[in-house]
Amino acid sequence: MAYFLQQLINGLTLGAVYGLIAIGYTMVYGIIGMINFAHGEIYMIGAFITVIGYTVLTAAGVGSAGVALSIMLVVSILVTSLYGWSVERVAYRPLRHASRLAPLISAIGMSVLLQNYVQLLQGARVKTMQPVFPGDIILWRRADGFTVSISYLQIAILVLTVVLMAGVSLLVGRTGLGRAQRACEQDKTMAALVGINVDRTISTTFIIGAALAAVAGFMVTLYYGVVDFFMGFMAGMKAFAAAVLGGIGSLPGAMIGGIMIGLIESFWGGYLNASYKDVAVFGVLMLVLLIRPNGLFGRPEIEKV
Amino acid sequence: MVRGRIRDALMTAAIVAVLALPLAGVRTEDGLDGTLIEWRLGAVAVAAFLVFCGRLLWGWIDEDRRLGFVALTGGVAALVAPFPTEFLRVAAVGIGFLSAGKALFLAARGQGRHRIVMPPRVAHLAARGIAKWRKPAPASWLLIAAALIFPLTPLASRYALDVSIMALTYVMLGWGLNITVGFAGLLDLGYAGFYALGAYCYALLAQDMGLGFWQCLPLAGLLAAGAALILGFPVLRLRGDYFAVVTLGFGEVVRLVLINWVDLTNGPNGVAGVPRPTLFGLEFARHARDGHQTFSGFFGVPFDPAQRVVFLYYVILFLALAVGFLTARLRRLPLGRAWESFREDEIACASLGINSTGIKLAAYGLAALVAGMAGAFFAASQGFVSPESFTFTESATILAIVILGGVGHPLGIALASIFIIGMPELFRGFAQYRMLAFGMGMVLIMVWRPGGLMSARDATVRLPPEKTGGA
Repeated sequence: MAYFLQQLINGLTLGAVYGLIAIGYTMVYGIIGMINFAHGEIYMIGAFITVIGYTVLTAAGVGSAGVALSIMLVVSILVTSLYGWSVERVAYRPLRHASRLAPLISAIGMSVLLQNYVQLLQGARVKTMQPVFPGDIILWRRADGFTVSISYLQIAILVLTVVLMAGVSLLVGRTGLGRAQRACEQDKTMAALVGINVDRTISTTFIIGAALAAVAGFMVTLYYGVVDFFMGFMAGMKAFAAAVLGGIGSLPGAMIGGIMIGLIESFWGGYLNASYKDVAVFGVLMLVLLIRPNGLFGRPEIEKV
Repeated sequence: MVRGRIRDALMTAAIVAVLALPLAGVRTEDGLDGTLIEWRLGAVAVAAFLVFCGRLLWGWIDEDRRLGFVALTGGVAALVAPFPTEFLRVAAVGIGFLSAGKALFLAARGQGRHRIVMPPRVAHLAARGIAKWRKPAPASWLLIAAALIFPLTPLASRYALDVSIMALTYVMLGWGLNITVGFAGLLDLGYAGFYALGAYCYALLAQDMGLGFWQCLPLAGLLAAGAALILGFPVLRLRGDYFAVVTLGFGEVVRLVLINWVDLTNGPNGVAGVPRPTLFGLEFARHARDGHQTFSGFFGVPFDPAQRVVFLYYVILFLALAVGFLTARLRRLPLGRAWESFREDEIACASLGINSTGIKLAAYGLAALVAGMAGAFFAASQGFVSPESFTFTESATILAIVILGGVGHPLGIALASIFIIGMPELFRGFAQYRMLAFGMGMVLIMVWRPGGLMSARDATVRLPPEKTGGA
């Protein structure tokens, strides 16, 4: 039971990160119907900016880790959002009216490009970061000495994720921007006719997705303390799997899908076989799709002729 | 007007500066004695300045002259300007090259204001040439003939042959994937999974049971096709994008299993010593194994390692051409027409009474069959297989070949694979920039020609043209 609880906590933390990345996939898919393959790389860039910025700030003599991290969170969100925006502007917007495959290939190209860009400029070796906010709360000490603990960092990750999720839900559900997004999702031509700036709405969607990916990258950097240029690929794939699992296009679906993927990974790794945990993730994805072809929360698409 | 342009250029330069600052402007490295920080602000400033000038000129020059101009500046800048990093220079050369290509292409087609001025007779001949070239048949025969005599020419060095073998493997894979993506319009992101199955099937059967290449070739294909049918049967009823994700997952699962099932596959170390193909039992080696004969011994010619390479070249050429020929015929069979109708309109196709699951399964299985056989050849030609060769990048490369070449266009796919495999070889000197250029090329080609280099989605059958003049 104690072991179970510990895996649950680890899995939830991991799942929160996947969920945040998955929102970027699901929002973009909802609005322009394309798989944004470069999104994992956007997350990787967010993580890199955190590490580099933190190193520079520490070297510059910003003594308090809290101040340095807050500055880096803001900077990372801003710059990563700009990356998200630029990627859309350069690689996807010119293909708005092309066939469905063209933006996908462009996105795969962008992903390769960004990976190699970071590798060339920052080197292929991993970058490490000193752990900040060490310490944890011991929840349960079993008689044989096994302890269940939750670290301050895990609490911070979970809280931050819940806050951001609530924020995004409010943004999409209650504001004019969210209404514009939902309108574009349904019918871009009609949305344009009633005065919505479709291009700007799509750009904003990319910016929101990139900002959330930046936060995810920030949290992962603090949690694991290691970044490398290839980290975006697997995380992106799993986050995308999470978005599909939850039903692509649905915000709560992305979050719950992310948490499910995190839990599967953590439990499979903890109880069965650590080297097959990624196989398990994709296996479960296939199984769920077979039973519910539109994901857990996706609405079936009505085909009209 | 002018002020607006300057403001626009300033904005672009500012964006580039902000983007580049944290990643390009500073580099941190974990050294032995703490972290090293290296500032490269100069490079960022130069990049921003170049972008400013470029954007300004871009707005100034009218659309027809832009490309030629970019090509010129890229070329001149790359030669003259003192770039602070090699990275910027390569980027400039790359952009110059691509623009020059595009400008030439447009000019030759007579689009834009600046045509290549030709005497009318020459222009007429050139137009006929282009028209002929666009009809694939004569060009294809020419290419096939060139491919057949290539190893006999002095051009065929050992290195050139090796690259050609690689390129032809990709031609075969591209034509195979074209069945799924081009004919049936299904997006497959895990094609390398079937390729891996074929390669490991041959490598392991040869290692454990001593089977030869020609016995394993059909087995590898059948294994891959069988896997496709088992996976496809439940999965193919999913909608397009979900299907793509499941194939992506499949590709990854195959790779992860190959890495982790160490007892069977020897894990990340791969399987070495895969035997080479033989010519009716004749081996291409200096000394034959027991009970076998060597090629050189049988024909009484001196042994030369090049014989083996030339033989491999002809094997893959034959395999690729067989696939190309079969797919070209398939397209005209009822099955091919069913695929075509399915690709164009799923609902209309189903309304005509076509079993869409059946034809999807056929496309998926046939493509996997080709991939499995290509995999067996790959294992035989390399003599070594490891999971490293079958990553997602591999699937993406094959898909890129199909789409860059023009979905459904066999000649375009062949040219695209020669381009994609050959181009990085040309730029070996810039080895570390190859993948960067690959990604950039994919984006730019898609933005410029979303239909691929040669887009052909025309129907194989047309209604007869209506008579003009009648009521």
